[in-house]
Amino acid sequence: MNGERDGSQVPRIKPSVPEAQPMVPLHGWGRATSTRAHLAEIDSVADAVSVLRKADPQRGVVPRGLGRSYGDAAQNAGGTALDLTKLDRIQNVDAEAEPPTVTAQAGVSLDVLMRALLPLRLWVPVLPGTRQVTIGGAIAADVHGKNHHTQGSFGNHVQSLDLLTADGEVRTISPDGETAELFWATIGGMGLTGVILGATIGLQRTDTAYFTVDTRRCTDLDDLMASMTEGDENYTYSVAWFDAVTKGKHMGRGVLTRGNKAREHDLPFKLAKDPLKFVAPSLGTIPEIFPNRMINVVTAKAFSTAWYHKAPKHRIAELQNITEFFHPLDMLAEWNRLYGPHGFLQYQFVVPFAEAEIFRTCFQMIVNSGHLSCLNVLKRLGPSNPAPLSFPMPGWTLTVDLPIEPGLDKLCNALDEQVLAAGGRVYLAKDSRLSAETFRAMYPRLEEFLTVRRQVDPDGIFNSDLARRLELH
Amino acid sequence: MINAVGTPQSLLLLGGTSDIALAIARRYAADHGLRVVLAARPSEQRDAAAAELRGMGCSVEEVDLEARDPGSHTQTIEQAFAGGDIDIAVVAFGLLGDPEQAWRDPDVVLELAEVNYTAPVHLGVLLAARMRVQGYGCIVALSSVAGERVRRSNFVYGSTKAGFDGFFLGLGEALRDHGVHVLVVRPGFVTSKMTRGIEKAPLAVTPEQVADAVVRAITGKRQLIWVPPPMRVVMTGLRHVPRPIFRRLPI
Repeated sequence: MNGERDGSQVPRIKPSVPEAQPMVPLHGWGRATSTRAHLAEIDSVADAVSVLRKADPQRGVVPRGLGRSYGDAAQNAGGTALDLTKLDRIQNVDAEAEPPTVTAQAGVSLDVLMRALLPLRLWVPVLPGTRQVTIGGAIAADVHGKNHHTQGSFGNHVQSLDLLTADGEVRTISPDGETAELFWATIGGMGLTGVILGATIGLQRTDTAYFTVDTRRCTDLDDLMASMTEGDENYTYSVAWFDAVTKGKHMGRGVLTRGNKAREHDLPFKLAKDPLKFVAPSLGTIPEIFPNRMINVVTAKAFSTAWYHKAPKHRIAELQNITEFFHPLDMLAEWNRLYGPHGFLQYQFVVPFAEAEIFRTCFQMIVNSGHLSCLNVLKRLGPSNPAPLSFPMPGWTLTVDLPIEPGLDKLCNALDEQVLAAGGRVYLAKDSRLSAETFRAMYPRLEEFLTVRRQVDPDGIFNSDLARRLELH
Repeated sequence: MINAVGTPQSLLLLGGTSDIALAIARRYAADHGLRVVLAARPSEQRDAAAAELRGMGCSVEEVDLEARDPGSHTQTIEQAFAGGDIDIAVVAFGLLGDPEQAWRDPDVVLELAEVNYTAPVHLGVLLAARMRVQGYGCIVALSSVAGERVRRSNFVYGSTKAGFDGFFLGLGEALRDHGVHVLVVRPGFVTSKMTRGIEKAPLAVTPEQVADAVVRAITGKRQLIWVPPPMRVVMTGLRHVPRPIFRRLPI
């Protein structure tokens, strides 16, 4: 063999342009819009300050937690994303205070927080559809859960928080007093007022980690909406799944589940031995093998029919654990991979109760569109909080998961029009496609938010794909 | 940004008076506010295109593009990106030329090679560099079925498109790890100002049909499309026809 042909002797050609620290792909939970950014792991507040100082002001910085927002909120194309999941210390629990409180760093997940608090008979007041979100993310998106109609969103329970602002200062801000404006702009502010480093959160006391749940199957949308309206105030937690595939007589059939925290005397002997047991089974991790169009007419119909008939027609006071009642999807890690490489988007909107007709129209548009959704949620939301960009308001909220397909833009644009006409809005933590104009019309208090943002971050160092898309400058 | 359903906020048309490029801009402009950068030679056509898009609610910037002057390309790209990120760039300029004159006249063949191949690859590399820094972006390269199997009847044009097509397919692979999406579009006969006066071929399409296909392909993150789709079957067949027979085909 000719020595010159020996691969080891041929000088490797190096790229003539040296690459700086390579960017990594970042995407939201929907995996539909991936962009590249520098990811900076933050171990301390000093780290965060130094990254902030060094960041390219053109592309900016965005805080990122566990990446559970569905869209582009924690992405920053060409810029820097601060990975805050290493700021994971629970610093203090005050079980004597009224309400009891916990002070923790922003990277602590609600899963970790719940596991730490349950043995102390303490309960996190607001839990979204997954426990795999950080405290920072829960505040920045002002997440809500099944108890929104009775207990409000996450921001309602934050007593104070530490915010690293663009000037490199750490400010402790609270819902009342001089810092109230910045505080409420940060609640639901999608990380654009600064980096939330930690927070003190008001908690609830609990006897058990179980729920007494009433389940009811409803045969169509009217039945579902009427059943839900009736007696919702008797339950702390209330939510419905509905079938968004079946047309005709049973269009909008669904399963209503409502419940309250179980007291110790509600538990059978077997469970009463360990009433605070945190039951979080895992069925494994979904592998990255699924093609696009896994959700098709066949699978979506089969799933929707099975899910509907699996539920009991009417069952009262069934005991359920945390995972069964709150977070069934947490049993499957990385379930978003089921949608294939093109990903999906989640469309969640709210319209006032008075606009139930428009709500029905939206529902029909989705079912008749030919776009298929399996994981659909219907809920009645309670009063808003003072945050200008917070999503919840009194009204019906509907959530659908739609695989990305050509033509989906048409359906979503048409839904936007209806929602806007009803004075409703779309949830930013889920959104990955709203236009800046539509967004402005949906959030009439945007200017209040932008005024605070311009004061606290005049150069717009905090930036994200969502901020660029919605022109949040 | 390009949103989850493939709708951009900003569009750069290299060849800003191309019928297909403008049809793509109209498609996106119909949805919502769009910033369009028209890169072309200063002309009445460019002004008319800008006026039309402004009438549709777009904010339009006009930038000079001289394909045969590579020295000016850097400035063209810089100006195009001066107003902010470019989400989708369409490489749409090209010359069909007179096929018989093209292989006889050295000046004409050089012009076709420069406009249809040299300039696109030069601008393609400049675009790629900007989009890598941006961390995202999409390049739409308007190729042609003529490049897939080069025919005697317009082989100069076909050969430039063959090179063009190969370059942008390869660029797409190179940019995969940089978050930039490249879509190569192979239309058949398009009834546009480029083909005015030429007899319509079978499976002819309009610029609007090409634009529709491009919009769908961007949402679907496709890397290569034929317009109309049956062209793929036709060209796959033709590619394997032995030369002596191919020579006798009336194409």
